[in-house]
Amino acid sequence: MLDFIRQKIEDSQPLNRDEALWLLTEADLLSLGKLADGVRRRMHPEQQVSFVVDRNVNYTNVCTSQCKFCAFFRDETHPDAYVLSYTQIFTKVQELVDSGGTQLLMQGGLHPDLQLDWFEDLFRQLRHRFPTVQIHSLSPAEIVHLAKLSGISMPECFARLHRAGLQSLPGGGAEILVDAVRQESSPNKIGWRQWADVMCEAHRLGMPTTATMMFGVSERPEDIVEHLFRIRELQVEQGGFTAFIPWSYQPGNTALGGEQASGVEYLKVLALSRVVLDNVVNIQASWVTQGARIAQIALYFGANDLGGTMLEENVVAAAGVDFRMSQEEIIDLAKSAGFLPVRRTTTYEVLEVY
Amino acid sequence: MVNLFENIRAKIETGTRISDTEALALFECDDLIAVGELAALTNRRANGDKVYFNVNRHINYSNICVNRCTFCAFSREHEDEDGGYTLALNDILQRAADASAAGATEIHMVGGLHPDLPFDFYLEIMAAIKADNPKLHVKAFTAVEIDYFARLTGQSPTDVITALKAAGLDSMPGGGAEIFAADVRRQICPEKITGERWLEVTEQIHQTGLKTNATMLFGHVEAYADRVDHLSRLRQLQDRTGGFQAFIPLAFQPDNTRVPGAKGVGGVDALKTLAVSRIYLDNFRHIKAYWVMLGLKVSQVSLAFGVNDIDGTVVEEQIGHDAGADSPQQLSKDQLVTLIHKAGKQPVERDTLYNEIRQY
Repeated sequence: MLDFIRQKIEDSQPLNRDEALWLLTEADLLSLGKLADGVRRRMHPEQQVSFVVDRNVNYTNVCTSQCKFCAFFRDETHPDAYVLSYTQIFTKVQELVDSGGTQLLMQGGLHPDLQLDWFEDLFRQLRHRFPTVQIHSLSPAEIVHLAKLSGISMPECFARLHRAGLQSLPGGGAEILVDAVRQESSPNKIGWRQWADVMCEAHRLGMPTTATMMFGVSERPEDIVEHLFRIRELQVEQGGFTAFIPWSYQPGNTALGGEQASGVEYLKVLALSRVVLDNVVNIQASWVTQGARIAQIALYFGANDLGGTMLEENVVAAAGVDFRMSQEEIIDLAKSAGFLPVRRTTTYEVLEVY
Repeated sequence: MVNLFENIRAKIETGTRISDTEALALFECDDLIAVGELAALTNRRANGDKVYFNVNRHINYSNICVNRCTFCAFSREHEDEDGGYTLALNDILQRAADASAAGATEIHMVGGLHPDLPFDFYLEIMAAIKADNPKLHVKAFTAVEIDYFARLTGQSPTDVITALKAAGLDSMPGGGAEIFAADVRRQICPEKITGERWLEVTEQIHQTGLKTNATMLFGHVEAYADRVDHLSRLRQLQDRTGGFQAFIPLAFQPDNTRVPGAKGVGGVDALKTLAVSRIYLDNFRHIKAYWVMLGLKVSQVSLAFGVNDIDGTVVEEQIGHDAGADSPQQLSKDQLVTLIHKAGKQPVERDTLYNEIRQY
């Protein structure tokens, strides 16, 4: 089977679900890693490893979705509940600009009272004040929530946000794109089809997006495979996904609890992503959830991007995992593993080679 | 590059050892997975799918040390210094008794070179632990401490070892080796015994019939060539004595240390070092990933890169944690078993001498 799959990959033929499942469940780590490393070398022969200077700003932690895997959300009446003011957000973005940042990743809970015009005003002012910063913000669940709150259709809501200044959409909230899994761990969140509809709408509007996967909850290997193929098939339609980012569920302080996926499991899922998603150019390693050492190893298991420097990160940190990396450390991480580090824009244009 | 890998594969399959030049080429190559495959092949031939762990407890009896190694965040000059300590005999015995009650089969005990404690104190520790827990294997001291005790008492290392052995010492860990090369030692541990002395004392330890491990502290100021030199000297000594059980590359932790410019060890270098060690040290049966310094995730991944031992439950570790290791203080047997299973390997609990206690 391994030889057969290797041949298919060498011939640039897409794998099918059974082959992908075999790789995930039967192949050993190095065999799978070698396939992924081969695909990565073919797709990125220049040996570049990219990163973006960005900041996560979480405008609120109030969320009606209350997913069991999340340690970040608070009920509206909780003493820790907050909504950032425009002024607070501008201060944070100014700090981002001052440290050379180009990407603002703003995400929050699904707040029951924050209306669409709050976001439209915010985005307009952000575009005006910080024209060099790409607003790479919100996620499908937030777009759907805002549309519902405003009593308008999702495409209309999305078009208004786009006009106000939203430039691209991160791929968060994908979790596992299989509704049976979502029912268990995030029953109040949009289903996989709605997630896909928002992504298709973004791509139709010409907005690039990423796609993520959070695994290690209660999914079966078949569900991971299904997730990857759903992304692959969506990508065939419009090609709007710039990157795929798998990470593992962080169980600290969550209702769901349990154990974190191991290093071997993470690298296998990452490598499988590289092999299956031959139509998505970039695969990101998640140093935020895996730590610097595994993120570096990931560069030999299919990853070619280290995501953002994340001057601020709150959601993973709320689950008790608080890795921090400076831009210098990220550059050094790529260099000392034998790669050429490059700073990029949100849409993967190279800004600086180190 | 393809030739390098093919040549080495052929050597592994015919049981021929690789040269220093080949080891250096493996360190310098950019194909982590190819190096891993060769290490995995070597390990499979030696150990199959088995991955060993033990239930042990570390006791660091004192951090007072006459040496001032720049890589060390653990040592203090005297008890009055902030954080300086020496455990009383009763505290040591309490820890040993706790460990024994919790199912430990081994005590791992090392400490600083204390300026004032008499050699009799160490003999007393050995005898008292053994009197309380006759079944507990005591693995303690390194060649550095043996040399120190010899100077302290004016005896030969062999006499010191014989006395400790008579008092209850069962085997020894492999610390203090660092990097053997003299110019590296001048920078990171100028007061410590030379590499040659470490090897000489270890040879004498092996001649008394005690088994030891061997370590290498890597990722500070040394070059790849220094690592190969280190491995080469160990392979030569092992040819003479056969007294080494496991080789344990230790990833340098830079926090709170005084090595200028040192950054710590990346995941790729850690895996490569374990893998090259596995391939090169054909006369060492076991390569151990020390999870305290590598972290759990990298240690687990290393099981695909030639590693067949993942150390033990540890319980209380000071030295790596003082230098910023963010691993937990201890692991349960269940956690170790799960970690090994999830890497697709067969967990085997062992005693210190690698007798199998139980497969999981």
